[in-house]
Amino acid sequence: MMDLRVAGPLEQFEIVPIVPLHFGSFDISFTNSSLWMVIGTGAIILFFAMATRRASLIPGRLQGMAEVMYEFIADLVRDTIGSDGRKFFPYVFTLFLWILIANLFGLLPTFPGARHELHTFTTTSHLIVTLALAMLTILIVIVYGFMKNGLKFFKLFVPSGVPVWLLPLIAVIEIVSFLSRPISLSVRLFANMFAGHIILKLFAGFIISLFGAGGAFALLGIFPFLGTIAVTMLEFLVAALQAYVFAVLTCIYLSDAAHAADH
Amino acid sequence: MMIAAAAAAEPHGEAASASLPQLDPTWWPSQIFWLAVTFGVLYWLMAGRFLPSLGGAIEQRRDRMADDLDQAAEFRRQAEEAESAYNKALADARAKAQAIAADTRAEVDEEIAGLQADTDEALEKQLAAADSRIAAMKSDAAAKVREAAADTTRAVVEALIDEAPTDEAVSKAIDAAARA
Repeated sequence: MMDLRVAGPLEQFEIVPIVPLHFGSFDISFTNSSLWMVIGTGAIILFFAMATRRASLIPGRLQGMAEVMYEFIADLVRDTIGSDGRKFFPYVFTLFLWILIANLFGLLPTFPGARHELHTFTTTSHLIVTLALAMLTILIVIVYGFMKNGLKFFKLFVPSGVPVWLLPLIAVIEIVSFLSRPISLSVRLFANMFAGHIILKLFAGFIISLFGAGGAFALLGIFPFLGTIAVTMLEFLVAALQAYVFAVLTCIYLSDAAHAADH
Repeated sequence: MMIAAAAAAEPHGEAASASLPQLDPTWWPSQIFWLAVTFGVLYWLMAGRFLPSLGGAIEQRRDRMADDLDQAAEFRRQAEEAESAYNKALADARAKAQAIAADTRAEVDEEIAGLQADTDEALEKQLAAADSRIAAMKSDAAAKVREAAADTTRAVVEALIDEAPTDEAVSKAIDAAARA
């Protein structure tokens, strides 16, 4: 009898330490999450190392792909931030690719029978990771905003052309909206990855349950199976889309910082 | 193996299903640390190596294409210049040919006119000579006819009356007969 145990839908998000490490009082162990960060980042580095090994006038296939990504993000940064965006291009590019690959690699199937710490893991399905990325973006926005505009950065919260009696209200709204940015930015990505993987796991779990029930129920297993395929395809779209959304919003926030004084 | 892994994972699953693994702060420092390490390394390589290399290649290609396009435009300009020069030469040659043709035609016309005039003059002269000759012959013939008529008249009269008429009478009679 095959082992058709259904894992809980939350098991896929568990962190499993692989190499215990400590830094002061902090536990910075190398975990399955760290492993997939390293795998994803390593894959990106490998790809770009190969693509730019012989950067030539007539690009090869890899260089062509890398250049498509380069132009894609370069256009996004230029269109959103303008000429000031040039210095943020490497950051937005790294951010986009890191999230994209983390999302996509999370959809890879786990090798059957692999140990738990080697199960496929979606690093962006943890709020702390997306929150760290969002805070980094907001930190850059604040630091650059004050560097570029000085105290005029506060004009971000007092838009021009608003009647004076409305200003206190508008300013409060603007400040709340500014403060909620890192939350919305991080929760959007985290929730998309988290929910997608839970749905995938639930559908897949139904297949196992129905199959385990045997007889006519086993035949019914075809429906969650088709559902799993559909959701998987959808998740690929969501993975790319959420990486793009994160990059676009980062650009918009940076643009605010670059042009705060012009408002 | 699967069973062993499942058994090993079992306590984990039960423990974690109580709450979200995401909300367990135990692993937050580790996640932030490894995110910083991987993201930092990636940023460092992107900003320092990969992106400048890609950007350089793209820039170089763009420059090269712009250069090539400029050169093509230059070649085109040269070709157009050559064409207009050729057209100009062609037009000049045509104008020259036409001028030569016109000159020649005028010369020939003049010559023809001269020859015509000469010929006309000669013909005129010949015509005049012929006319005068005809006139002389006409008057000569008339005189000869008159003389013959006088001779005949004289002979007829002589035969009829056996007497020779005077020349005056004969001449008078002939004039009268000619008038009649």
